Amino acid sequence: MSTTVPNPQSIPGTNASAVSRRWRGITSTGFSRVLGVATLVLVVWLVLFGLLFSPPDQTQQSSVRIMYIHVPTAWVAYLAFGVTGLSSAMYLFRRAHSLAWDRVAGASAEIGVMFMALTLITGSLWGRLTWGVYWAWDARLTTTAFLFVTYVGYLAVRRLGGSHQARAKRSAVLGLLAVIEIPLVHFSVELWRSLHQEASVANPSGDVKMDGLMLFSLFVGLIAFSLLYFWLVLHRQRAMYLEDQYDDADLDVALVERRAETKEHSRA
Amino acid sequence: MSPVEPVPAPSTTVAIAAPVVALRHVVAVLGRFPALAGASLEVQAGEVLLLKGPNGAGKTTLLRLCAGLVPLVRGEAEVLGHDLRTDRAAIRQHVGLLGHQNGLYADLSVRENVRFWGRTAGASDGEINAALTQLGLDGRLATVPAGRLSAGQRRRTALACLIARRARLWLLDEPHAGLDADGRDLLDDVIRRAVGAGATVLVASHELERAKALATRIVTVAGGLVHNESPDDAGADRGGRV
Amino acid sequence: MWRTARLVAAKDLGIEWRSRQVTNQVLPFAGLTLVLFAFALDRDEITARVAPGLFWLATTFSLIVLVQRTFAVETADGALDTLRVAGVDPAGIYLGKALALAAQLVVLEALLLVGVIVFYASHIRPAGIVLVIVTAFLATSGLAFVGTLYGGLAAGAKGRETLLPLLLLPVVAPVLIGATRAFEAAFGTRGGEGIRAGVEISDGWPWVGMLAIFAAVFGAAGVLAFGPLLEEA
Repeated sequence: MSTTVPNPQSIPGTNASAVSRRWRGITSTGFSRVLGVATLVLVVWLVLFGLLFSPPDQTQQSSVRIMYIHVPTAWVAYLAFGVTGLSSAMYLFRRAHSLAWDRVAGASAEIGVMFMALTLITGSLWGRLTWGVYWAWDARLTTTAFLFVTYVGYLAVRRLGGSHQARAKRSAVLGLLAVIEIPLVHFSVELWRSLHQEASVANPSGDVKMDGLMLFSLFVGLIAFSLLYFWLVLHRQRAMYLEDQYDDADLDVALVERRAETKEHSRA
Repeated sequence: MSPVEPVPAPSTTVAIAAPVVALRHVVAVLGRFPALAGASLEVQAGEVLLLKGPNGAGKTTLLRLCAGLVPLVRGEAEVLGHDLRTDRAAIRQHVGLLGHQNGLYADLSVRENVRFWGRTAGASDGEINAALTQLGLDGRLATVPAGRLSAGQRRRTALACLIARRARLWLLDEPHAGLDADGRDLLDDVIRRAVGAGATVLVASHELERAKALATRIVTVAGGLVHNESPDDAGADRGGRV
Repeated sequence: MWRTARLVAAKDLGIEWRSRQVTNQVLPFAGLTLVLFAFALDRDEITARVAPGLFWLATTFSLIVLVQRTFAVETADGALDTLRVAGVDPAGIYLGKALALAAQLVVLEALLLVGVIVFYASHIRPAGIVLVIVTAFLATSGLAFVGTLYGGLAAGAKGRETLLPLLLLPVVAPVLIGATRAFEAAFGTRGGEGIRAGVEISDGWPWVGMLAIFAAVFGAAGVLAFGPLLEEA
């Protein structure tokens, strides 16, 4: 940001080690590397089991394979939004108001939005193949779409600026509001659909009779995507930590520049 | 994290009670810009402190910080005995800020504005009317919508709202701006009466001649820092320049 | 809290009384949307059938404009800052602004109802009048609570004009669904092919329950959350 960054060590009143850490900008640790490798192995497994080893479904043929991505992404998205809600609460109700919770909430929401987009895309592709339409006004689908839009809004609010604490408080409130909004949306859509069951697209229901290998592939998918989620959250929240650090380090430089104005003034 | 040169202990005005405002190495940012870069300031009860300094020196941010509107990023700050880091809401109701904006509702009349702000602070009708009278707003002007007033008249209305709110700490940011000679006399009178009633006043102003007559102490704000000056710096009655 | 709420509500309605901005601009806007819907949908029998939905859509769009207006008043001359400095009870501000917003919405809805009856040839079944009134009351409370809450969140933020609809529209969806279904029951407009040829008035009451829960939940959330939001505005 600041273009005139002098040698950080020369800045008085600067935590030099924090600054030198930020130049390296590393977000990984030994643990996250192991996690990353494990994730990679499982993703390879998923590809093999999902595309090669598992059998096609009797009625849906190979389109059933979308499920191995669709279900895990949906699971991860819900997990991510759950984590966002929980972290928002932890930030707001813990006395310390730790920014670490805020960053976890933000990282998790970003990843959740990404996976929810994947869920919606894979879901509508599967719907086209199975139901003949991309979209059905089914309660679960509609709630999912609302969830997606809600967290897109949440991310927009996170980008509003202001101090770190201001960002954290505003988005934590919004994160909790989203948690109370979602059941209401789901409940209303469910009630709506159950009162007016218009025979549009509902059947075939899409329930798959799964054999052992298919179940196992789905299981691999769930584990692989869960690990991927944790790996992404770890790195993203560390990257956010570095961004915050960067802002603070910039502040040290800016403080020196700002105080220097005094001398100009006294010379003038 | 570390302060720059430690600012010398503030003046030794007659003070027994805890200071009304106590800032130590306060840093406050506007976006990424550190408007206050380690400012320290102590103000005792009953003082009228004049903040002078060039544009962009940090005077407005200092006042807004004392009002609890701008969070402090580093340093310590106590206002009216409350720690601003943990207790920003506690000082409210006791602080009155006249900023660059007047906080008036353009569609409401002068009287309605003063009444609304007075009532939210629990002022009685008598106090509200007294505030209007004190600023010469009880006549024809009282029924004019605030949006149709001149800049100086709006300023006067804002001052009346401030009086009706009965604050213990007054933070006045360029209060002279837009006021005519009469208005300035009224302002001086308002400040004197507030101090007489036990309030403490911080004034940021470029109208030095005017404000110096009122001030019990003067400090210079520059580069986000506060520099103390002797109260006699203005060459007022008690002696010359150092 | 209630004293502050009364003061703030009286102040907001006083501003509207003086400026007539809602009367002169928002009401015509809402009426205009009804006419535009008719253009877009073209057929009389369709507009008559979807009248309840269009009514609540027009209300929802007007809500966004009203919320923008109610907070523009506070930010125009820094009154919001003064409210914060003065330590005016945030819960009171919230309830007061929601109350004033609800009052404006009620006037708007009354006129829209006339508009729907005139333009879309809708008619309320006599037995449905109670349902219409209760639904409108609860839906209006819900909309006012949610609108004030998210309006306060967006107030003073950069790009608030575009941010507010993004935040607000997903949240008010349950009200839109619930109030529309309840009105359909009261109007008896839900025609249908097949088994469900029409709806009974009793079909509307479950929705009333949903609207009540919505209003209660967001009213409570707003009272609790408005303080922290205002703090960081």
